[in-house]
Amino acid sequence: MATMTPSTRPAAGPSSPAYRPSAAKRAQLWLGRHFAMLAAVLVLLYLFLPVAYTFAFSFNDHGKTNIVWQGFTLEHWRDPCGVPGACESLVTSLQVGAISTVVATVLGTLMALAMVRYRFRGRAASNVLIFVPMATPEIVMGAALLTIFVQGFADVGIHLGFATIVFAHIMFCLSFVVVTVKARIQSLDPRIEEAAQDLYAGPVQTFWKITFPLILPGVLGAAMLAFSLSFDDFIITNFVSGNESTFPKFVYVASRRGIPAEANVIGFSMFVLAVLLVIGAQVVGSVRASRSRD
Amino acid sequence: MSALAHAAAPAGAPAPAAQETAKRSWTAYLLLLPGALWLGVFFVLPLVQLASVSLQSRYPGFPGYYYRDLNVENYLRALTDYAPHFARSFLYAGLATLLAFVVAYPLAYAMAFKAGRWRNLMMICVVAPFFTSFILRTFAWSQILADEGWVAGTLEALHLLPGGHIINTPVAVVAGLTYNFLPFMVLPIYASLERADPRVIEAGGDLYANGFTTFRTVTLPMSMPGVLAGTLLTFIPAAGDFVNMELLGPQRGKMVGNVINDQFLAIPGGYPVAAALSFTLMAAILAMVFLYVRRFGTEELV
Repeated sequence: MATMTPSTRPAAGPSSPAYRPSAAKRAQLWLGRHFAMLAAVLVLLYLFLPVAYTFAFSFNDHGKTNIVWQGFTLEHWRDPCGVPGACESLVTSLQVGAISTVVATVLGTLMALAMVRYRFRGRAASNVLIFVPMATPEIVMGAALLTIFVQGFADVGIHLGFATIVFAHIMFCLSFVVVTVKARIQSLDPRIEEAAQDLYAGPVQTFWKITFPLILPGVLGAAMLAFSLSFDDFIITNFVSGNESTFPKFVYVASRRGIPAEANVIGFSMFVLAVLLVIGAQVVGSVRASRSRD
Repeated sequence: MSALAHAAAPAGAPAPAAQETAKRSWTAYLLLLPGALWLGVFFVLPLVQLASVSLQSRYPGFPGYYYRDLNVENYLRALTDYAPHFARSFLYAGLATLLAFVVAYPLAYAMAFKAGRWRNLMMICVVAPFFTSFILRTFAWSQILADEGWVAGTLEALHLLPGGHIINTPVAVVAGLTYNFLPFMVLPIYASLERADPRVIEAGGDLYANGFTTFRTVTLPMSMPGVLAGTLLTFIPAAGDFVNMELLGPQRGKMVGNVINDQFLAIPGGYPVAAALSFTLMAAILAMVFLYVRRFGTEELV
Protein backbone atom coordinates (compact mmCIF):
# COMPACT_ATOMS: atom_id res chain seq x y z
CA MET A 1 0.00 0.00 0.00
CA ALA A 2 3.08 2.20 0.16
CA THR A 3 2.40 3.13 -3.44
CA MET A 4 -0.57 5.13 -2.26
CA THR A 5 1.60 7.49 -0.25
CA PRO A 6 4.53 8.54 -2.40
CA SER A 7 5.31 11.35 0.00
CA THR A 8 6.59 8.79 2.50
CA ARG A 9 9.25 7.46 0.15
CA PRO A 10 12.12 9.88 0.50
CA ALA A 11 14.53 6.91 0.44
CA ALA A 12 14.00 6.54 -3.30
CA GLY A 13 17.04 8.65 -4.12
CA PRO A 14 20.05 7.59 -6.22
CA SER A 15 21.11 4.10 -5.20
CA SER A 16 24.81 4.82 -4.84
CA PRO A 17 26.18 3.77 -1.44
CA ALA A 18 26.75 7.37 -0.46
CA TYR A 19 23.02 7.94 -0.37
CA ARG A 20 22.24 4.77 1.49
CA PRO A 21 20.63 5.82 4.77
CA SER A 22 21.94 4.43 8.02
CA ALA A 23 20.28 1.50 9.74
CA ALA A 24 18.74 3.79 12.32
CA LYS A 25 17.43 6.10 9.63
CA ARG A 26 15.98 3.14 7.72
CA ALA A 27 14.32 1.81 10.86
CA GLN A 28 12.84 5.24 11.41
CA LEU A 29 11.54 5.35 7.85
CA TRP A 30 10.08 1.87 8.13
CA LEU A 31 8.38 2.86 11.36
CA GLY A 32 7.04 6.01 9.77
CA ARG A 33 5.56 4.07 6.89
CA HIS A 34 4.03 1.33 9.02
CA PHE A 35 3.16 3.32 12.12
CA ALA A 36 -0.60 3.19 11.57
CA MET A 37 -0.55 -0.54 10.87
CA LEU A 38 1.60 -1.24 13.95
CA ALA A 39 -0.71 0.81 16.14
CA ALA A 40 -3.71 -0.99 14.64
CA VAL A 41 -2.26 -4.40 15.43
CA LEU A 42 -1.59 -3.29 19.01
CA VAL A 43 -5.17 -2.06 19.37
CA LEU A 44 -6.50 -5.36 18.02
CA LEU A 45 -4.36 -7.26 20.54
CA TYR A 46 -5.83 -5.04 23.26
CA LEU A 47 -9.34 -5.87 22.02
CA PHE A 48 -8.58 -9.58 22.19
CA LEU A 49 -6.76 -9.60 25.53
CA PRO A 50 -9.88 -10.23 27.67
CA VAL A 51 -11.10 -12.85 25.19
CA ALA A 52 -7.77 -14.63 25.64
CA TYR A 53 -8.22 -14.43 29.40
CA THR A 54 -11.73 -15.86 29.12
CA PHE A 55 -10.31 -18.73 27.06
CA ALA A 56 -7.39 -19.38 29.40
CA PHE A 57 -9.53 -19.37 32.52
CA SER A 58 -11.94 -21.88 30.98
CA PHE A 59 -9.18 -24.40 31.76
CA ASN A 60 -8.68 -23.21 35.32
CA ASP A 61 -9.01 -25.92 37.92
CA HIS A 62 -10.66 -23.46 40.25
CA GLY A 63 -12.29 -24.02 43.60
CA LYS A 64 -14.99 -21.64 44.71
CA THR A 65 -14.02 -18.62 42.62
CA ASN A 66 -12.41 -18.53 39.20
CA ILE A 67 -10.20 -15.50 39.71
CA VAL A 68 -6.66 -16.75 40.29
CA TRP A 69 -4.97 -19.45 38.20
CA GLN A 70 -4.89 -22.70 40.12
CA GLY A 71 -4.07 -25.39 37.59
CA PHE A 72 -5.03 -26.88 34.26
CA THR A 73 -8.09 -29.05 33.72
CA LEU A 74 -10.36 -30.07 30.85
CA GLU A 75 -13.18 -30.75 33.28
CA HIS A 76 -15.25 -27.66 32.32
CA TRP A 77 -15.03 -28.39 28.61
CA ARG A 78 -16.26 -31.94 29.19
CA ASP A 79 -19.58 -30.76 30.58
CA PRO A 80 -20.29 -27.03 30.11
CA CYS A 81 -23.89 -27.63 31.18
CA GLY A 82 -22.77 -29.07 34.50
CA VAL A 83 -23.47 -25.81 36.30
CA PRO A 84 -27.17 -25.32 37.03
CA GLY A 85 -28.68 -22.57 34.91
CA ALA A 86 -25.76 -22.07 32.49
CA CYS A 87 -27.15 -23.86 29.45
CA GLU A 88 -30.78 -23.05 30.24
CA SER A 89 -29.92 -19.36 30.15
CA LEU A 90 -27.93 -19.83 26.93
CA VAL A 91 -30.94 -21.48 25.26
CA THR A 92 -33.17 -18.61 26.43
CA SER A 93 -30.68 -16.09 24.97
CA LEU A 94 -30.58 -17.92 21.63
CA GLN A 95 -34.39 -18.06 21.46
CA VAL A 96 -34.80 -14.41 22.41
CA GLY A 97 -32.10 -13.47 19.90
CA ALA A 98 -33.67 -15.46 17.07
CA ILE A 99 -37.21 -14.12 17.54
CA SER A 100 -36.09 -10.52 18.11
CA THR A 101 -33.79 -10.64 15.09
CA VAL A 102 -36.48 -11.90 12.71
CA VAL A 103 -39.16 -9.45 13.86
CA ALA A 104 -36.84 -6.43 14.14
CA THR A 105 -35.26 -7.13 10.75
CA VAL A 106 -38.62 -7.40 8.97
CA LEU A 107 -40.13 -4.31 10.63
CA GLY A 108 -36.91 -2.33 10.30
CA THR A 109 -36.44 -3.14 6.61
CA LEU A 110 -39.99 -1.98 5.84
CA MET A 111 -39.34 1.23 7.73
CA ALA A 112 -36.04 1.79 5.92
CA LEU A 113 -37.76 1.37 2.54
CA ALA A 114 -40.40 3.91 3.52
CA MET A 115 -37.79 6.38 4.78
CA VAL A 116 -35.56 6.30 1.70
CA ARG A 117 -37.99 5.75 -1.14
CA TYR A 118 -40.92 7.96 -0.19
CA ARG A 119 -41.54 11.61 0.64
CA PHE A 120 -44.50 11.89 2.99
CA ARG A 121 -45.91 14.03 5.75
CA GLY A 122 -44.41 13.10 9.11
CA ARG A 123 -41.13 11.93 7.62
CA ALA A 124 -39.07 14.17 9.90
CA ALA A 125 -41.02 12.99 12.96
CA SER A 126 -40.43 9.37 11.93
CA ASN A 127 -36.72 10.13 11.67
CA VAL A 128 -36.73 11.42 15.24
CA LEU A 129 -38.71 8.39 16.43
CA ILE A 130 -36.05 6.13 14.91
CA PHE A 131 -33.07 8.17 16.10
CA VAL A 132 -34.02 8.87 19.73
CA PRO A 133 -33.97 5.22 20.94
CA MET A 134 -30.34 5.03 19.81
CA ALA A 135 -29.51 8.19 21.77
CA THR A 136 -31.24 6.96 24.93
CA PRO A 137 -29.10 5.18 27.52
CA GLU A 138 -30.11 1.56 27.99
CA ILE A 139 -30.73 2.08 31.66
CA VAL A 140 -33.41 4.68 30.91
CA MET A 141 -35.13 2.36 28.42
CA GLY A 142 -34.92 -0.51 30.90
CA ALA A 143 -36.38 1.60 33.69
CA ALA A 144 -39.18 2.93 31.48
CA LEU A 145 -40.08 -0.58 30.30
CA LEU A 146 -40.07 -1.86 33.86
CA THR A 147 -42.49 0.83 35.03
CA ILE A 148 -44.93 0.19 32.20
CA PHE A 149 -44.72 -3.59 32.47
CA VAL A 150 -45.28 -3.50 36.22
CA GLN A 151 -47.74 -0.63 36.53
CA GLY A 152 -49.54 -0.73 33.19
CA PHE A 153 -49.31 -3.95 31.22
CA ALA A 154 -49.63 -6.26 34.24
CA ASP A 155 -53.34 -5.39 34.24
CA VAL A 156 -53.74 -6.94 30.79
CA GLY A 157 -51.97 -10.12 31.79
CA ILE A 158 -48.42 -9.37 30.64
CA HIS A 159 -45.92 -10.23 33.34
CA LEU A 160 -42.15 -9.96 33.41
CA GLY A 161 -40.57 -12.93 31.68
CA PHE A 162 -39.66 -14.32 28.29
CA ALA A 163 -42.24 -12.27 26.36
CA THR A 164 -41.28 -8.94 27.90
CA ILE A 165 -37.59 -9.61 27.12
CA VAL A 166 -38.50 -10.24 23.47
CA PHE A 167 -40.70 -7.11 23.28
CA ALA A 168 -37.86 -4.98 24.64
CA HIS A 169 -35.18 -6.55 22.42
CA ILE A 170 -37.22 -6.02 19.25
CA MET A 171 -37.64 -2.38 20.27
CA PHE A 172 -33.95 -1.55 20.78
CA CYS A 173 -32.80 -3.57 17.75
CA LEU A 174 -35.29 -1.88 15.43
CA SER A 175 -33.53 1.48 15.07
CA PHE A 176 -30.19 -0.15 14.34
CA VAL A 177 -31.78 -2.28 11.63
CA VAL A 178 -33.39 0.78 10.04
CA VAL A 179 -30.10 2.69 9.95
CA THR A 180 -28.14 -0.25 8.52
CA VAL A 181 -30.66 -1.11 5.80
CA LYS A 182 -31.20 2.58 4.99
CA ALA A 183 -27.51 3.00 4.23
CA ARG A 184 -27.66 0.06 1.83
CA ILE A 185 -30.76 1.32 0.01
CA GLN A 186 -29.23 4.78 -0.34
CA SER A 187 -26.18 3.29 -2.02
CA LEU A 188 -28.31 1.70 -4.75
CA ASP A 189 -28.88 3.28 -8.14
CA PRO A 190 -32.65 3.93 -8.41
CA ARG A 191 -32.36 3.71 -12.19
CA ILE A 192 -32.05 -0.08 -11.94
CA GLU A 193 -35.57 -0.27 -10.54
CA GLU A 194 -36.79 2.25 -13.05
CA ALA A 195 -35.37 0.09 -15.81
CA ALA A 196 -37.32 -2.88 -14.44
CA GLN A 197 -40.50 -0.85 -14.50
CA ASP A 198 -39.73 0.35 -18.01
CA LEU A 199 -39.59 -3.34 -18.93
CA TYR A 200 -43.17 -3.68 -17.64
CA ALA A 201 -42.39 -5.27 -14.28
CA GLY A 202 -45.09 -4.51 -11.72
CA PRO A 203 -44.16 -3.01 -8.34
CA VAL A 204 -44.32 -6.40 -6.57
CA GLN A 205 -42.24 -8.09 -9.24
CA THR A 206 -39.75 -5.22 -9.21
CA PHE A 207 -39.40 -5.53 -5.46
CA TRP A 208 -38.78 -9.29 -5.31
CA LYS A 209 -36.71 -9.57 -8.50
CA ILE A 210 -34.67 -6.37 -8.27
CA THR A 211 -34.87 -4.43 -5.01
CA PHE A 212 -34.82 -7.28 -2.52
CA PRO A 213 -31.77 -9.12 -3.93
CA LEU A 214 -29.91 -5.80 -4.06
CA ILE A 215 -30.65 -4.82 -0.47
CA LEU A 216 -30.21 -8.38 0.86
CA PRO A 217 -26.57 -7.88 1.99
CA GLY A 218 -27.69 -4.87 4.03
CA VAL A 219 -30.62 -6.82 5.47
CA LEU A 220 -28.36 -9.72 6.45
CA GLY A 221 -25.86 -7.33 8.02
CA ALA A 222 -28.67 -5.70 9.97
CA ALA A 223 -29.90 -9.10 11.14
CA MET A 224 -26.42 -10.01 12.37
CA LEU A 225 -26.17 -6.71 14.19
CA ALA A 226 -29.60 -7.23 15.75
CA PHE A 227 -28.72 -10.73 16.90
CA SER A 228 -25.46 -9.65 18.48
CA LEU A 229 -27.13 -6.68 20.21
CA SER A 230 -29.86 -8.93 21.56
CA PHE A 231 -27.57 -11.79 22.53
CA ASP A 232 -25.21 -9.58 24.51
CA ASP A 233 -27.75 -7.27 26.13
CA PHE A 234 -27.71 -7.19 29.87
CA ILE A 235 -28.89 -3.79 31.17
CA ILE A 236 -32.37 -3.74 29.61
CA THR A 237 -32.83 -7.48 30.07
CA ASN A 238 -32.00 -7.14 33.75
CA PHE A 239 -34.93 -4.75 34.16
CA VAL A 240 -37.58 -6.62 32.20
CA SER A 241 -36.73 -10.30 32.73
CA GLY A 242 -38.32 -11.04 36.12
CA ASN A 243 -37.25 -14.56 37.06
CA GLU A 244 -36.22 -15.50 33.53
CA SER A 245 -32.46 -15.66 32.99
CA THR A 246 -30.47 -14.95 29.84
CA PHE A 247 -26.81 -15.84 29.42
CA PRO A 248 -25.45 -12.34 30.23
CA LYS A 249 -27.74 -12.18 33.25
CA PHE A 250 -26.56 -15.60 34.38
CA VAL A 251 -22.93 -14.45 34.12
CA TYR A 252 -23.62 -11.19 35.94
CA VAL A 253 -25.45 -12.86 38.80
CA ALA A 254 -22.70 -15.47 39.02
CA SER A 255 -19.99 -12.78 39.03
CA ARG A 256 -20.93 -11.82 42.59
CA ARG A 257 -19.61 -15.14 43.87
CA GLY A 258 -17.21 -15.97 41.05
CA ILE A 259 -18.13 -16.94 37.50
CA PRO A 260 -17.86 -20.71 36.99
CA ALA A 261 -15.40 -21.70 34.25
CA GLU A 262 -18.30 -23.37 32.39
CA ALA A 263 -19.51 -19.85 31.55
CA ASN A 264 -16.08 -19.15 30.03
CA VAL A 265 -16.41 -22.32 27.95
CA ILE A 266 -19.83 -21.23 26.65
CA GLY A 267 -18.77 -17.61 26.07
CA PHE A 268 -15.63 -18.58 24.20
CA SER A 269 -17.46 -21.22 22.12
CA MET A 270 -20.02 -18.62 21.04
CA PHE A 271 -17.14 -16.36 20.04
CA VAL A 272 -15.50 -19.09 17.90
CA LEU A 273 -18.84 -20.02 16.35
CA ALA A 274 -19.64 -16.41 15.46
CA VAL A 275 -16.19 -15.77 13.95
CA LEU A 276 -16.41 -18.95 11.86
CA LEU A 277 -19.89 -17.93 10.67
CA VAL A 278 -18.74 -14.45 9.70
CA ILE A 279 -15.63 -15.72 7.90
CA GLY A 280 -17.75 -18.36 6.17
CA ALA A 281 -20.21 -15.73 4.99
CA GLN A 282 -17.33 -13.58 3.71
CA VAL A 283 -15.80 -16.48 1.79
CA VAL A 284 -19.15 -17.46 0.24
CA GLY A 285 -19.76 -13.82 -0.64
CA SER A 286 -16.40 -13.35 -2.35
CA VAL A 287 -16.69 -16.67 -4.23
CA ARG A 288 -20.11 -15.58 -5.52
CA ALA A 289 -18.77 -12.16 -6.44
CA SER A 290 -15.86 -13.63 -8.42
CA ARG A 291 -18.20 -16.08 -10.17
CA SER A 292 -20.58 -13.38 -11.26
CA ARG A 293 -17.62 -11.38 -12.55
CA ASP A 294 -16.57 -14.24 -14.85
CA MET B 1 -27.50 11.49 4.45
CA SER B 2 -30.42 13.60 3.40
CA ALA B 3 -28.23 14.88 0.59
CA LEU B 4 -27.90 11.30 -0.59
CA ALA B 5 -31.61 10.75 -0.28
CA HIS B 6 -32.24 13.77 -2.47
CA ALA B 7 -29.79 12.50 -5.00
CA ALA B 8 -31.76 9.25 -5.04
CA ALA B 9 -34.67 11.09 -6.61
CA PRO B 10 -33.49 11.44 -10.18
CA ALA B 11 -32.91 15.04 -11.10
CA GLY B 12 -34.95 16.27 -14.00
CA ALA B 13 -37.56 13.54 -13.68
CA PRO B 14 -41.03 14.89 -14.32
CA ALA B 15 -42.91 15.60 -11.09
CA PRO B 16 -45.37 12.78 -10.43
CA ALA B 17 -49.04 13.65 -10.63
CA ALA B 18 -50.71 14.62 -7.36
CA GLN B 19 -52.78 11.44 -7.35
CA GLU B 20 -49.66 9.34 -7.77
CA THR B 21 -48.02 11.11 -4.82
CA ALA B 22 -51.03 10.43 -2.59
CA LYS B 23 -50.96 6.75 -3.50
CA ARG B 24 -47.25 6.59 -2.89
CA SER B 25 -47.47 8.15 0.54
CA TRP B 26 -50.13 5.60 1.52
CA THR B 27 -47.63 2.86 0.68
CA ALA B 28 -45.05 4.65 2.83
CA TYR B 29 -47.41 4.78 5.80
CA LEU B 30 -48.20 1.08 5.42
CA LEU B 31 -44.51 0.22 5.37
CA LEU B 32 -43.83 2.44 8.34
CA LEU B 33 -46.81 1.47 10.48
CA PRO B 34 -45.76 -1.82 12.15
CA GLY B 35 -42.35 -0.56 13.22
CA ALA B 36 -43.65 2.83 14.29
CA LEU B 37 -46.38 1.15 16.34
CA TRP B 38 -43.79 -1.04 18.00
CA LEU B 39 -41.64 1.97 18.90
CA GLY B 40 -44.76 3.78 20.09
CA VAL B 41 -45.88 0.99 22.43
CA PHE B 42 -42.46 -0.12 23.69
CA PHE B 43 -40.49 3.13 23.61
CA VAL B 44 -42.70 6.22 23.72
CA LEU B 45 -45.42 4.83 26.00
CA PRO B 46 -42.94 3.49 28.58
CA LEU B 47 -41.23 6.89 28.64
CA VAL B 48 -44.58 8.56 29.31
CA GLN B 49 -45.17 6.08 32.12
CA LEU B 50 -41.65 6.76 33.45
CA ALA B 51 -42.44 10.48 33.44
CA SER B 52 -45.61 9.88 35.42
CA VAL B 53 -43.79 7.61 37.89
CA SER B 54 -41.14 10.29 38.39
CA LEU B 55 -43.90 12.50 39.80
CA GLN B 56 -45.56 9.84 41.97
CA SER B 57 -45.48 9.78 45.77
CA ARG B 58 -45.06 6.86 48.11
CA TYR B 59 -47.81 5.60 50.35
CA PRO B 60 -46.27 6.11 53.76
CA GLY B 61 -45.73 2.75 55.40
CA PHE B 62 -46.31 0.72 52.21
CA PRO B 63 -43.01 0.36 50.40
CA GLY B 64 -43.58 -0.46 46.76
CA TYR B 65 -46.93 1.32 46.55
CA TYR B 66 -47.28 4.72 44.93
CA TYR B 67 -50.06 7.12 44.09
CA ARG B 68 -50.40 9.53 41.22
CA ASP B 69 -49.14 12.95 42.15
CA LEU B 70 -47.16 15.93 40.92
CA ASN B 71 -44.34 15.43 43.36
CA VAL B 72 -41.53 17.63 42.03
CA GLU B 73 -39.52 16.84 45.13
CA ASN B 74 -38.36 13.63 43.42
CA TYR B 75 -36.47 15.77 40.92
CA LEU B 76 -35.03 17.99 43.63
CA ARG B 77 -33.74 14.91 45.42
CA ALA B 78 -32.39 13.51 42.17
CA LEU B 79 -30.49 16.71 41.45
CA THR B 80 -29.19 17.48 44.94
CA ASP B 81 -28.57 14.09 46.59
CA TYR B 82 -27.19 12.55 43.46
CA ALA B 83 -25.35 15.48 41.84
CA PRO B 84 -21.94 13.84 42.51
CA HIS B 85 -23.15 10.67 40.79
CA PHE B 86 -24.15 12.62 37.72
CA ALA B 87 -20.81 14.43 37.73
CA ARG B 88 -18.91 11.15 37.95
CA SER B 89 -20.98 9.56 35.18
CA PHE B 90 -20.29 12.41 32.77
CA LEU B 91 -16.64 12.75 33.77
CA TYR B 92 -15.84 9.05 33.43
CA ALA B 93 -17.85 8.72 30.22
CA GLY B 94 -16.15 11.82 28.79
CA LEU B 95 -12.66 10.52 29.64
CA ALA B 96 -13.50 7.11 28.22
CA THR B 97 -14.79 8.71 24.99
CA LEU B 98 -11.60 10.75 24.62
CA LEU B 99 -9.38 7.72 25.25
CA ALA B 100 -11.45 5.58 22.88
CA PHE B 101 -11.01 8.23 20.18
CA VAL B 102 -7.22 8.26 20.63
CA VAL B 103 -7.03 4.46 20.54
CA ALA B 104 -9.61 3.93 17.79
CA TYR B 105 -8.35 6.44 15.25
CA PRO B 106 -5.10 4.73 14.25
CA LEU B 107 -6.96 1.44 13.89
CA ALA B 108 -9.70 2.96 11.74
CA TYR B 109 -7.07 4.83 9.69
CA ALA B 110 -5.02 1.69 9.10
CA MET B 111 -8.14 -0.26 8.13
CA ALA B 112 -9.19 2.39 5.63
CA PHE B 113 -5.84 3.22 3.99
CA LYS B 114 -3.17 0.65 4.87
CA ALA B 115 -4.84 -2.71 5.33
CA GLY B 116 -5.39 -3.66 1.68
CA ARG B 117 -6.57 -7.23 1.48
CA TRP B 118 -6.46 -7.59 5.29
CA ARG B 119 -9.26 -5.07 5.60
CA ASN B 120 -12.12 -7.58 5.95
CA LEU B 121 -10.19 -9.68 8.42
CA MET B 122 -9.47 -6.59 10.55
CA MET B 123 -13.13 -5.67 10.41
CA ILE B 124 -14.04 -9.11 11.74
CA CYS B 125 -11.44 -8.72 14.48
CA VAL B 126 -12.99 -5.43 15.62
CA VAL B 127 -16.46 -6.94 15.90
CA ALA B 128 -15.50 -10.45 17.06
CA PRO B 129 -14.89 -9.72 20.77
CA PHE B 130 -18.54 -8.67 20.97
CA PHE B 131 -19.51 -12.31 20.74
CA THR B 132 -17.89 -13.14 24.05
CA SER B 133 -20.39 -11.72 26.50
CA PHE B 134 -19.31 -8.21 27.50
CA ILE B 135 -19.78 -9.15 31.13
CA LEU B 136 -17.31 -12.01 30.74
CA ARG B 137 -14.83 -9.61 29.15
CA THR B 138 -15.32 -7.00 31.85
CA PHE B 139 -14.82 -9.70 34.44
CA ALA B 140 -11.62 -10.67 32.61
CA TRP B 141 -10.45 -7.06 33.02
CA SER B 142 -11.02 -7.36 36.75
CA GLN B 143 -8.60 -10.32 36.67
CA ILE B 144 -6.10 -8.50 34.44
CA LEU B 145 -6.11 -5.39 36.62
CA ALA B 146 -6.19 -7.28 39.93
CA ASP B 147 -3.54 -6.49 42.54
CA GLU B 148 -1.80 -9.82 41.94
CA GLY B 149 -2.04 -9.45 38.12
CA TRP B 150 0.85 -8.57 35.82
CA VAL B 151 -0.35 -5.04 35.00
CA ALA B 152 -0.44 -3.91 38.61
CA GLY B 153 2.78 -5.85 39.28
CA THR B 154 4.67 -4.17 36.42
CA LEU B 155 3.44 -0.69 37.31
CA GLU B 156 4.33 -1.26 40.95
CA ALA B 157 7.83 -2.42 40.01
CA LEU B 158 8.25 0.77 37.96
CA HIS B 159 6.94 2.86 40.89
CA LEU B 160 4.16 4.15 38.67
CA LEU B 161 1.35 3.06 40.95
CA PRO B 162 1.04 5.62 43.72
CA GLY B 163 -2.18 4.24 45.20
CA GLY B 164 -1.04 0.65 45.06
CA HIS B 165 -4.20 -0.55 43.28
CA ILE B 166 -5.83 -0.27 39.88
CA ILE B 167 -8.80 -2.50 40.49
CA ASN B 168 -11.61 -0.90 42.50
CA THR B 169 -10.51 2.60 41.50
CA PRO B 170 -12.06 5.09 39.04
CA VAL B 171 -9.08 4.42 36.75
CA ALA B 172 -10.24 0.84 36.30
CA VAL B 173 -13.79 2.04 35.59
CA VAL B 174 -12.60 4.44 32.87
CA ALA B 175 -10.40 1.69 31.43
CA GLY B 176 -13.35 -0.68 31.34
CA LEU B 177 -15.65 1.87 29.72
CA THR B 178 -12.99 2.71 27.12
CA TYR B 179 -12.53 -0.94 26.27
CA ASN B 180 -16.20 -1.91 26.14
CA PHE B 181 -17.33 0.81 23.76
CA LEU B 182 -14.20 0.99 21.57
CA PRO B 183 -15.75 -0.80 18.54
CA PHE B 184 -18.53 1.82 18.51
CA MET B 185 -15.80 4.41 17.96
CA VAL B 186 -13.78 2.43 15.40
CA LEU B 187 -16.57 1.48 13.03
CA PRO B 188 -18.07 4.93 12.25
CA ILE B 189 -14.61 6.53 11.87
CA TYR B 190 -13.59 3.72 9.56
CA ALA B 191 -16.80 4.11 7.57
CA SER B 192 -16.21 7.81 6.93
CA LEU B 193 -12.48 7.39 6.20
CA GLU B 194 -13.25 4.60 3.76
CA ARG B 195 -15.43 6.97 1.78
CA ALA B 196 -12.65 9.56 1.66
CA ASP B 197 -10.44 9.71 -1.41
CA PRO B 198 -6.85 8.85 -0.44
CA ARG B 199 -5.60 11.08 -3.26
CA VAL B 200 -6.88 14.12 -1.38
CA ILE B 201 -4.63 13.16 1.53
CA GLU B 202 -1.70 12.64 -0.86
CA ALA B 203 -2.34 16.07 -2.29
CA GLY B 204 -1.73 17.46 1.21
CA GLY B 205 1.71 15.88 1.15
CA ASP B 206 2.37 17.11 -2.38
CA LEU B 207 1.63 20.62 -1.19
CA TYR B 208 4.48 20.26 1.33
CA ALA B 209 2.29 19.78 4.39
CA ASN B 210 4.00 17.52 6.91
CA GLY B 211 2.26 14.43 8.25
CA PHE B 212 0.66 16.13 11.21
CA THR B 213 -0.54 19.16 9.23
CA THR B 214 -2.04 16.90 6.57
CA PHE B 215 -3.79 14.93 9.28
CA ARG B 216 -5.10 18.02 11.04
CA THR B 217 -6.23 19.95 7.96
CA VAL B 218 -7.26 17.16 5.57
CA THR B 219 -7.76 13.71 7.10
CA LEU B 220 -9.45 14.66 10.36
CA PRO B 221 -12.02 17.04 8.82
CA MET B 222 -12.91 14.41 6.23
CA SER B 223 -13.61 11.89 9.00
CA MET B 224 -15.58 14.32 11.17
CA PRO B 225 -19.00 12.70 10.56
CA GLY B 226 -17.57 9.39 11.74
CA VAL B 227 -15.85 10.99 14.73
CA LEU B 228 -19.12 12.67 15.66
CA ALA B 229 -21.15 9.48 15.43
CA GLY B 230 -18.43 7.50 17.21
CA THR B 231 -18.17 9.88 20.15
CA LEU B 232 -21.96 9.81 20.60
CA LEU B 233 -22.14 6.02 20.32
CA THR B 234 -19.41 5.77 22.95
CA PHE B 235 -20.45 8.53 25.34
CA ILE B 236 -24.16 7.71 25.60
CA PRO B 237 -23.88 4.06 26.69
CA ALA B 238 -20.85 4.89 28.86
CA ALA B 239 -22.75 7.62 30.75
CA GLY B 240 -25.60 5.25 31.56
CA ASP B 241 -23.47 2.19 32.32
CA PHE B 242 -23.31 0.57 35.73
CA VAL B 243 -21.70 -2.78 34.97
CA ASN B 244 -18.13 -1.48 34.70
CA MET B 245 -18.52 0.38 38.00
CA GLU B 246 -20.02 -2.72 39.61
CA LEU B 247 -17.29 -5.12 38.44
CA LEU B 248 -14.23 -2.84 38.35
CA GLY B 249 -15.01 0.19 40.50
CA PRO B 250 -14.79 1.17 44.16
CA GLN B 251 -17.46 0.37 46.73
CA ARG B 252 -18.23 4.06 47.28
CA GLY B 253 -18.49 6.81 44.69
CA LYS B 254 -20.80 5.08 42.23
CA MET B 255 -22.19 6.41 38.97
CA VAL B 256 -25.77 7.44 38.32
CA GLY B 257 -26.52 4.17 36.51
CA ASN B 258 -25.76 2.22 39.68
CA VAL B 259 -28.16 4.39 41.68
CA ILE B 260 -30.97 3.96 39.14
CA ASN B 261 -30.41 0.22 38.99
CA ASP B 262 -30.32 -0.20 42.77
CA GLN B 263 -33.29 2.09 43.42
CA PHE B 264 -35.41 0.17 40.93
CA LEU B 265 -34.34 -3.38 41.60
CA ALA B 266 -32.92 -3.54 45.10
CA ILE B 267 -34.48 -0.82 47.25
CA PRO B 268 -38.21 -1.07 48.00
CA GLY B 269 -40.00 2.19 47.37
CA GLY B 270 -37.28 3.58 45.14
CA TYR B 271 -39.29 3.93 41.95
CA PRO B 272 -40.18 7.67 41.91
CA VAL B 273 -36.69 9.01 42.64
CA ALA B 274 -35.13 6.45 40.30
CA ALA B 275 -37.55 7.50 37.57
CA ALA B 276 -36.67 11.15 38.16
CA LEU B 277 -32.97 10.23 37.95
CA SER B 278 -33.55 8.34 34.69
CA PHE B 279 -35.42 11.24 33.18
CA THR B 280 -32.80 13.75 34.23
CA LEU B 281 -30.08 11.55 32.75
CA MET B 282 -31.93 11.22 29.48
CA ALA B 283 -32.68 14.95 29.30
CA ALA B 284 -29.05 15.83 30.05
CA ILE B 285 -27.77 13.44 27.40
CA LEU B 286 -30.26 14.57 24.76
CA ALA B 287 -29.39 18.22 25.48
CA MET B 288 -25.69 17.46 25.12
CA VAL B 289 -26.26 15.50 21.94
CA PHE B 290 -28.30 18.36 20.52
CA LEU B 291 -25.68 21.01 21.35
CA TYR B 292 -22.86 18.79 20.16
CA VAL B 293 -24.54 18.00 16.86
CA ARG B 294 -25.33 21.68 16.34
CA ARG B 295 -21.75 22.65 17.08
CA PHE B 296 -19.96 19.99 15.01
CA GLY B 297 -22.77 18.35 13.17
CA THR B 298 -23.31 17.66 9.57
CA GLU B 299 -26.48 16.49 7.93
CA GLU B 300 -25.12 12.99 7.89
CA LEU B 301 -26.12 12.07 11.41
CA VAL B 302 -29.81 11.36 11.03
